Amino acid sequence: MEKSRRRFLKVAGIAAIGLGAAPAMNFAAKDAHGPAAASKVKNEAALHAERWGMVIDIKKIDAKLAKKITRACHAHHNVPDFTHEVDEQLFPDTRPVNHTQEIKWIWKEKFHYAFPDKEDEFLNEKFHHLPFLVLCNHCKNAPCVQACPTQATFSREDGIVIMDYHRCIGCRFCMAACPYGSRSFNFRDPRPFIDETDPDFPTRSKGVVEKCNLCAERLAKGEQPHCVEASEGAIVVGDLEDPESNVRKLLKEHYTIRRKQTLGTEPSVYYIV
Amino acid sequence: MLEIAVKGSRNYWMWIIFLLIVIGIGKIAYLDQFFNGLMITGMSRDVSWGFYIANFTFLVGVAAGGVMVVIPFYLHDYEKFHRITILGEFLAVASLVMCLLFIIVDLGQPVRMLNVLLYPSPRSMLFYDMLVLNGYLFLNIVIGWKVLEAERNQVEPPAWTKPLIYLSIPFAIGIHTVTAYLYCGLPGRGFWLTAILAPRFLASAFAAGPAFLIILCYIIRKFTKFDPGWEAMQTLSKIVCYAIIANLFFFLCEVFVVYYSGIPGHKTHLQYLLFGYHGYNALVPWMWSGFILMGAGAVMLVIPKLRSNYVLLPVACAMIFIGAWIDKGLGMISGGFVPSPLHHVTEYAPTGQEIIITLGVYAAGFLVLTILYKLATTVKEEVNG
Repeated sequence: MEKSRRRFLKVAGIAAIGLGAAPAMNFAAKDAHGPAAASKVKNEAALHAERWGMVIDIKKIDAKLAKKITRACHAHHNVPDFTHEVDEQLFPDTRPVNHTQEIKWIWKEKFHYAFPDKEDEFLNEKFHHLPFLVLCNHCKNAPCVQACPTQATFSREDGIVIMDYHRCIGCRFCMAACPYGSRSFNFRDPRPFIDETDPDFPTRSKGVVEKCNLCAERLAKGEQPHCVEASEGAIVVGDLEDPESNVRKLLKEHYTIRRKQTLGTEPSVYYIV
Repeated sequence: MLEIAVKGSRNYWMWIIFLLIVIGIGKIAYLDQFFNGLMITGMSRDVSWGFYIANFTFLVGVAAGGVMVVIPFYLHDYEKFHRITILGEFLAVASLVMCLLFIIVDLGQPVRMLNVLLYPSPRSMLFYDMLVLNGYLFLNIVIGWKVLEAERNQVEPPAWTKPLIYLSIPFAIGIHTVTAYLYCGLPGRGFWLTAILAPRFLASAFAAGPAFLIILCYIIRKFTKFDPGWEAMQTLSKIVCYAIIANLFFFLCEVFVVYYSGIPGHKTHLQYLLFGYHGYNALVPWMWSGFILMGAGAVMLVIPKLRSNYVLLPVACAMIFIGAWIDKGLGMISGGFVPSPLHHVTEYAPTGQEIIITLGVYAAGFLVLTILYKLATTVKEEVNG
């Protein structure tokens, strides 16, 4: 009894030293970085929007252009390509791939897959052959954001639905929640399947979900998203809340559709057909 | 009390060693998954949940089923259940241990698991599922242990266990309701988007849980000197009977709504499960077997002569248990993902390694169950003998 009480006091004493040390160490750490580290620096050139949106003019896209757009996005975001031949020296013993576990951010789909609720047996023949590019819709009421148990997926103030790859626990609830199949899971380490790693964007580890981030990293530098740049004018991004913006002008001039509008998720990606 | 678990017969130790071997094999298979990722499973971009989550869902039901002995005994003073209440509570503990293990083996980044606590997200149903599952596990461990200890010492259980017992009843309903809410609140998945999902989950749980308990009673009778009581088992079989009929009825309600309304987003999933879709029909024989097993089991339990037959009762219970497992374990999760939201069809089947890991989790659950039941039956033997 006596002994255990003495031990308790000893442990409590050590703990008290620890408690006292923490703020002191924090203070020292703060001092080392100087006051400059505390204030955020904002890039003057960054592009802003109250709510980002995208308009895709399907008439301007053919199979070749669709491929170019997908390639631009995937290459710059270090999205693995499972058809890529693995460098055996760098990554020995890489196991064979399962192509149903692929990762996609933006890709082409046939009309009746992109818009399964608009299936029509008398649909104009030409629609069957158009490459409908599909990607994350950056929904206003995003079911994936609601589902995420760690807020690893969240909606930014400007409407971009974005992910923290370091917080994601890989539960894949968001993949079940997304009505558009826009999310991919890293069933394995993606790095052996990246042709050339782009140093401007992080690679992901196995076990996390990923998807299109509307090139938030480029908008922050005042640059247009990769898909917009590669699209030769077929894809435009802009502020949906600004009546004078380029996307709102396009919405005024053309009849547009959105994917699975009846679900109430309010997608921010519009299609001119 | 735990010292009881280390004194056992040869058979007892053989069984424990067998379970430990299965756990060990499962652990090796899991380590490979841990280092290489979920690529070793049959899951895909389109079917992003598989065998682990399916078994998790089924076992949440078995855990909730324990409440079917707690309610009659504690709320209605049904004395015949006095001997088996502890069995229901300990079955819930073992099932919940398996549930939590299934969640862990399903995570892509299990080491980040505690992020769920670090960044609590009250809009996510998984957050509530975590709360009720852990809460129900805690309640059952405390209640089961304290009540058994009191019985061993031949005293009344402490008064504070009573409110916990009453609290455990809504928790039991809660674990399966919230688990159903994981699925039925998702706008893009027509198969799950139905208000009958939670009631259906509960009905199948209240059939599968007690059905398994009856089978366990048979095993206890065979291997120990403790008799759970034939009358208690008969009452349980009536509970199983009504619950499985409710489950089948809820399913038929679903079939009517889906086929009569004919809305494609809802119909295609059931079409895939029951008749095949665009030539894909891997689950069709399973689903029909499941419903035939549940239907035939229900008929056997409805007829008093068959229900009270000592040989046929465990057969009917096994049929219902397996049928419910197929319905919930195989169909419920895969069915929601096939076809995908874009109406592509990617079929799912677990890989061998996935099945080995699953068996490892089941073995861990049975190890917990064996030890807890060993305690319970030994104490009961002591007291009654």
